[in-house]
Amino acid sequence: MADLDPHPGLARVRSGLRAYRLISAMWIRSLMAYRLSFAMTALGNFAVTAFDFAAILLMFSQVDRLGGYSLPEIAFLYGASCTAFGLADLSLGSMDRLGRRVRDGTLDTLLVRPAPVLAQVAADRFGLHRLGRLTQGALVLAYALVVLDIEWSPLKVLMVPLMLVSGAGIFGALFVAGGAFQFVAQDAAEVQNAFTYGGTTLLQYPPSVFAKDLVRGVTFVLPLAFVNWLPVLYVLGRPYPLDLPVWAAFTPPSVAVACLALAGLAWRAGLRSYRSTGS
Amino acid sequence: MRVRTGRFRLYAAVARGSFRRYATYRVATAAGVFTNTVFGLILAYTYIALWDERPGLGGYDQEQAITFVWLGQALLTVMALMGGGFEGELIERIRTGDIAVDLYRPADLQAWWLASDLGRALFQLLGRGIVPVAAGALVFQLALPADPLRWAAFLLAVVFGAVVSFALRFLVALTAFWLLDGAGVTQVTMLAGTFFSGMLLPLNVFPGALGEVARALPWSALLQVPADVFLGRHTGLGLLRTYVFQLGWAAVLLTAGRLLQAAATRRVVVQGG
Repeated sequence: MADLDPHPGLARVRSGLRAYRLISAMWIRSLMAYRLSFAMTALGNFAVTAFDFAAILLMFSQVDRLGGYSLPEIAFLYGASCTAFGLADLSLGSMDRLGRRVRDGTLDTLLVRPAPVLAQVAADRFGLHRLGRLTQGALVLAYALVVLDIEWSPLKVLMVPLMLVSGAGIFGALFVAGGAFQFVAQDAAEVQNAFTYGGTTLLQYPPSVFAKDLVRGVTFVLPLAFVNWLPVLYVLGRPYPLDLPVWAAFTPPSVAVACLALAGLAWRAGLRSYRSTGS
Repeated sequence: MRVRTGRFRLYAAVARGSFRRYATYRVATAAGVFTNTVFGLILAYTYIALWDERPGLGGYDQEQAITFVWLGQALLTVMALMGGGFEGELIERIRTGDIAVDLYRPADLQAWWLASDLGRALFQLLGRGIVPVAAGALVFQLALPADPLRWAAFLLAVVFGAVVSFALRFLVALTAFWLLDGAGVTQVTMLAGTFFSGMLLPLNVFPGALGEVARALPWSALLQVPADVFLGRHTGLGLLRTYVFQLGWAAVLLTAGRLLQAAATRRVVVQGG
């Protein structure tokens, strides 16, 4: 069947996006039936994540610099990491529910529907309240961009949106890979948190804070450094960690594409290994 | 007297059952240990940067500050600082009305859930507390006490802290009798739990009046106090005062829970079957 289609991959992507749009629209409608409840959870989401920044503010109530960086500079790192993560969380944050679906057998209902499973899982309980996290990150980013004294060039201006989109792609790949891992280890949703939430926490601080080996690990093994460290340091005109070349700041888009491709492969392998719990 | 020992055996059985129930989630526990270790690692480095800048901040040296991080990771689930205790289940029972069945049981609602939550806390302490601290000790120099008495003093502070934690969450869960939906209050408690327990940053690093208020609130009994006992900041009479602080909050909150329980029980009757 697929052989007759000249672009089978493209058609699949299109039908996936369509399914994603339809399912998430349905969840948004159901959320909007209880507007007050939606507003409260979004506000709560905002407050929970705002505490991360409150911790940084508390630290700066005692010091002027952290790891050699000022508060606005760290706010830049923080805002970039949180906004990129917020975008990924908004679109793919439901992936951590996959383990539960495997356990209770409800994944089977998704398998028989005529739409890509990945799109269905990702759009499952589409949580518009996650806008709270995204808003919080964007606000801190805006604050940093206003306060910081940056000599803007066209390349630096371009770097900001490029960084957010590729960062979201890298975090998105982590969510998908985490989902794939849950096919194997159904109870291990928390391992995913270590990489997603742990990753965004790590990136809120400058690389100078961490041990060299850890920085090496999140650059070459799990390429988190490409989410915000390299682009932000480029905009700030600061030296990169590990003496990376200047052009490394422009690689995040290709890193994101590579990560997403790998995560896609992992997802397919995971889905193929899936054996229903049966009943 | 026989009735009393019977009661005790009942609650001990409840606690044991709860311990065993959490012990069955082995993969989830291992995953949690992994996550706690990763977060401990990240936080420890940020604390090193902070204490590099301000040595002796909050009265801790760098070694003690890093130890504080790992104690936080060890006690995070024990004290259910970010939720995940019994409260979700109790709220669900109140919402569905199953609570009426519980109220007919010949056991006290508060004592039943206290026993169950302590069983859970003990499992989390053994299952999720020890390994992260050991991992932290491999990477960093930690201020681990050599005196076995101090370990005992710490464990006692953890037990008292767990009771305060339970008492707080019991109050939160009972609000479901009036609000029916627990999402809002659970979220607020989670916020208070992370902010005022010292999980975000040790409370003695909080500036000025904010620090003083935070240290006086019950949440400080969950992490700040046990950590300070572990680090040897409370000894002799000071240690006694610390316990009185914890037990004082436990008594106040448990009493409040009891009063709220009585009011809620009357409400169930009013609502009818």
